[in-house]
Amino acid sequence: MTAGNRVFRIHWVPGTDRLHAVCHCAAEREFEDPVELWEWLLGHPVGHTS
Amino acid sequence: MSWFPRDQWYVAAYGSEITHDLFSRTVCGEPVLFWRTRDGVVTAMPDRCVHRRFPLSQPPSRLVDDQVVCGYHGFTYDAGGKCVAVPGQARVPRTARLLPYPVVEQDSFVWVFIGDPAKADAARIPRAPWLVDPGYTTVSGMEPLNARYGLLVDNLLDLSHETYLHGGYIGTPEVASTPITTEVDEDAGIVFVSRHMDDAECPPFYAKSTGLQGRIARWQDIEYTPPCLYKLHSRIAPVGSVPRADGTDPDAFHVEVVYAITPETETSTHDFWAVARDFALGDEEVSAFLADSNRTVVLQDVVALNVLEQVIANEPEGYQELSINIDTGGLAARRMLGRLCGRS
Repeated sequence: MTAGNRVFRIHWVPGTDRLHAVCHCAAEREFEDPVELWEWLLGHPVGHTS
Repeated sequence: MSWFPRDQWYVAAYGSEITHDLFSRTVCGEPVLFWRTRDGVVTAMPDRCVHRRFPLSQPPSRLVDDQVVCGYHGFTYDAGGKCVAVPGQARVPRTARLLPYPVVEQDSFVWVFIGDPAKADAARIPRAPWLVDPGYTTVSGMEPLNARYGLLVDNLLDLSHETYLHGGYIGTPEVASTPITTEVDEDAGIVFVSRHMDDAECPPFYAKSTGLQGRIARWQDIEYTPPCLYKLHSRIAPVGSVPRADGTDPDAFHVEVVYAITPETETSTHDFWAVARDFALGDEEVSAFLADSNRTVVLQDVVALNVLEQVIANEPEGYQELSINIDTGGLAARRMLGRLCGRS
């Protein structure tokens, strides 16, 4: 795991088809579509209430 | 906006390719002339005479000591690109000069900086130390790819294709069926994609090279530093084996698979590949097997991507792709490349 200050982390939720996205601001959210996931992560800080 | 990232370092060649002889390779659309001086230093400058553009790598252009003589009219340049002689007159025009490229020889590669030379910082070149580490044995090669570099980036960031395109070599069912973890370090400019298969079939590539039989733990940890350097840290071990708390990993076999992805033109790419291992050191039979197998795998990708390039070239504008979970890392890489190209 990288230890930078601005790291996006995306985990594939075990046993599901869902992706769990964690922003560097600690906001997190689950997605079924990686395109929507990246739009949300890169939209930081819009909608990133953790 | 550029079709490739400017102001970046690219691998132009292996150091072993550059001798005291003229060598030309096109990098990001720019023909670059290389030679190694008698002092062993690699030079890089435009492969075009300033006079009438004749390629300086093209016979009868020739190297005389550490000067290149244009084979068309005899313009002569020193190793720094300065024109030192022109035909029929004593005065050499002040503007008769080839602007050298910043060049660094490191980790077996020759890196050139494409862009504004004032922005060239050699400390930004990503490292691949295994390729010259005596604790590893390395095989390597380079294949020409008639496809845009982005297709190779897509390919390497999503290794689930190994199951289908490289079955019988490096692909097993577990690669495509095992979930990935993706991390993007925005400050360092690195995309990480990890796939840890804890109980997997051992593909022939690793069974024959390591001697491991039966099921294995197979970890794939990708580290891509756009635009050029891609590293796959591959760990092969008996099922149940994990690295020790002190960081040592004596039960595992480690293979560092390194790619340098260098655009040649907008629709062609230099596909440099290297495989460094920390076992069977110096074993020529294992080296020959891994070199042959990896080249076969690379060529399977080349065939597929060449076809894909033609598909893309002939499709109407606005084709809508579909992305799924396996593409999470590839999408991150595309975005970084787009940003480096000047797209928002």
